[in-house]
Amino acid sequence: MPDNKREILLEVKNLRVEFGKAKKNRFAAVDNVNFHIYKGETFGLVGESGSGKTTIGRAIIRLNETTAGEVIFHGKRINGDIDKELDKEVTRKIQMIFQDPMASLNERAKVDYIVSEGLYNIKNYKNEEERKEKVEKALMDVGLLPEFLSRFPHEFSGGQRQRIGIARTLVMEPELIIADEPISALDVSIRAQVLNLLSELQKIKGLTYLFIAHDLSVVRFITDRLAVIHKGKILELAETEKLFKNPLHPYTRSLLSAIPLPDPRREKEKVLEIYDPNCHDYSSNLPKWVEIEPEHFVLGNEKELEGYKKILKEWI
Amino acid sequence: MTDSKIILSVKDLVVKFRLRGRVLTAIREASLDLYEGESLAIVGESGSGKSVFTKTFMGLLDGNGWVDFGEILYGGENLAKYKTEDDWIKIRGKNIAMVFQDPMTSLNPLKTIGKQVQETVELHQCLKKEEAKKAVIEILNDVGIPEPERRYNQYPHEFSGGMRQRVVIAIAVACKPKILICDEPTTALDVTIQAQILGLLKRLKKKYKLTTIYITHDLGVVANVADRIAVMYAGDIVEIGNCEEVFYNAQHPYTWALLSSLPQLGVKGKPLHSIKGTPPNLFHKIKGDAFAPRNPRALKIDFVEKPPYFTVSPTHKAKTWLLDPRAPKVEPPESIEILRKQWGLSKDA
Repeated sequence: MPDNKREILLEVKNLRVEFGKAKKNRFAAVDNVNFHIYKGETFGLVGESGSGKTTIGRAIIRLNETTAGEVIFHGKRINGDIDKELDKEVTRKIQMIFQDPMASLNERAKVDYIVSEGLYNIKNYKNEEERKEKVEKALMDVGLLPEFLSRFPHEFSGGQRQRIGIARTLVMEPELIIADEPISALDVSIRAQVLNLLSELQKIKGLTYLFIAHDLSVVRFITDRLAVIHKGKILELAETEKLFKNPLHPYTRSLLSAIPLPDPRREKEKVLEIYDPNCHDYSSNLPKWVEIEPEHFVLGNEKELEGYKKILKEWI
Repeated sequence: MTDSKIILSVKDLVVKFRLRGRVLTAIREASLDLYEGESLAIVGESGSGKSVFTKTFMGLLDGNGWVDFGEILYGGENLAKYKTEDDWIKIRGKNIAMVFQDPMTSLNPLKTIGKQVQETVELHQCLKKEEAKKAVIEILNDVGIPEPERRYNQYPHEFSGGMRQRVVIAIAVACKPKILICDEPTTALDVTIQAQILGLLKRLKKKYKLTTIYITHDLGVVANVADRIAVMYAGDIVEIGNCEEVFYNAQHPYTWALLSSLPQLGVKGKPLHSIKGTPPNLFHKIKGDAFAPRNPRALKIDFVEKPPYFTVSPTHKAKTWLLDPRAPKVEPPESIEILRKQWGLSKDA
């Protein structure tokens, strides 16, 4: 059972992110999004491409400006205008791992520089010796050798590059790591290695992850709680196992039914649930974000919510 | 599948590449029979040679690569002997066509979708302007693009990833090929779109009576589309059989390792199974079973001699010494047992 006394590390309230300057081409990539992340957990964000999941991650880390709403980290608001000190603290405590390790490392820099760049930026080391120590330790933590420091990214395989990407976040000693599709660009067997590394690091260092992905079978394995996002809105949020067992929103159901099963007999008989956004009638009755059972949130209007409650009763 | 005709037959194919003055062997004596009308999936890690293998069927190897030995028999001709582009033009498109992995980069951004499909229609079906346009619109309709007349005049950037992949498929199918090779057709797409594209490919296969080869590393996709599965490792097919045989009764340790890495097998809080080590360096000559150094259950002979195919059933064979009658009995890893339980199979099924 969820422990209500757990410390909330990050809270996102009514977040809205818009792109486009002119009034005409304004486009809300993220619309009225609410969720919170507990300290030490892995929170998943799934959705198809273009759903706004990366934008949320980037808004938290202050790479995208927010239009409305609040991002609260350790009880302090960190979006919009904040003072320099806080900005520095956010940079150190929230770090990001990017999707494509082939594109996210500077090809012309040595590993030493790539890993220490964050340290140089905020200068949280006393002398050269301490910096070296920190960088070497970060490399060892991700299972690479200190002698790799003098090499260039092209000398490494995809899996090793992603480890470098992880090392450069670890060197900052962050509390929250935003992992944006960290394994989508990797091969099957290497995927498992990187996933294992991430969970091991979480255990040792007590890290909190925001894990952004579209591969649901991986998400089920690694996340504790999961939010499903579609067209900039979170449609459903619950503990991962609960969500996989009792999906309520039709979009979540279609998403789960689309997961390929590694079982030829069942996979060939499987029936896909197709999601049609027109199935909602929101003309008179606007949808609300409601906690339908403890720790299980869903977006729906009153009529839909009644239906969901009925389904839940049947399951119990 | 055994009673149907063999449409393409590869025998002891060796493909080599010259790289920085050294020679790399990418395909090591791989053999394969493709039956008419079937759907075959080739699975393996990246670098196992699955893409290179199928590229040789269309003469699409990079300039520094060549077929060193072996035969590719198709329609009474040996494609391995083909040298010039003129030879290959007879094969490409009309006989064998390919759907590439990334729909974002395989279309020309400066030409309308209609023109790009029309190109192939004009070339391969010898249709003239108005007729060709009609044919294009019909094909676009076939691959599930709504409002094909309007879409005909649009550019690739106006299409989403899934829609672009449909266009790429339309181009491949427009030539009315006999064999369609799909190289990771859904890797770049989301789950929901992936399911739609796989459904589309299956529908087209029926309609145009295609023989399809899927190249993928996603075993979920394989389970969905394949009649037969070929498992490739270090440039050789180490196990081949009907879809259910390879899933439910895998014999090669590498197939076991692939199945064990499935995230569906993961138990929260415990590490996921990963294959230790790296694939062998193909610059060196490989002695024995290529997978032996990464196989914790390897036998002594695995390091000395390359195993031949051992027959498991008339349709299922694997290259592993474990199947030799003299070999000690080696149980598959625990994770395979767990999978069998999930599948509802008993231990000796």
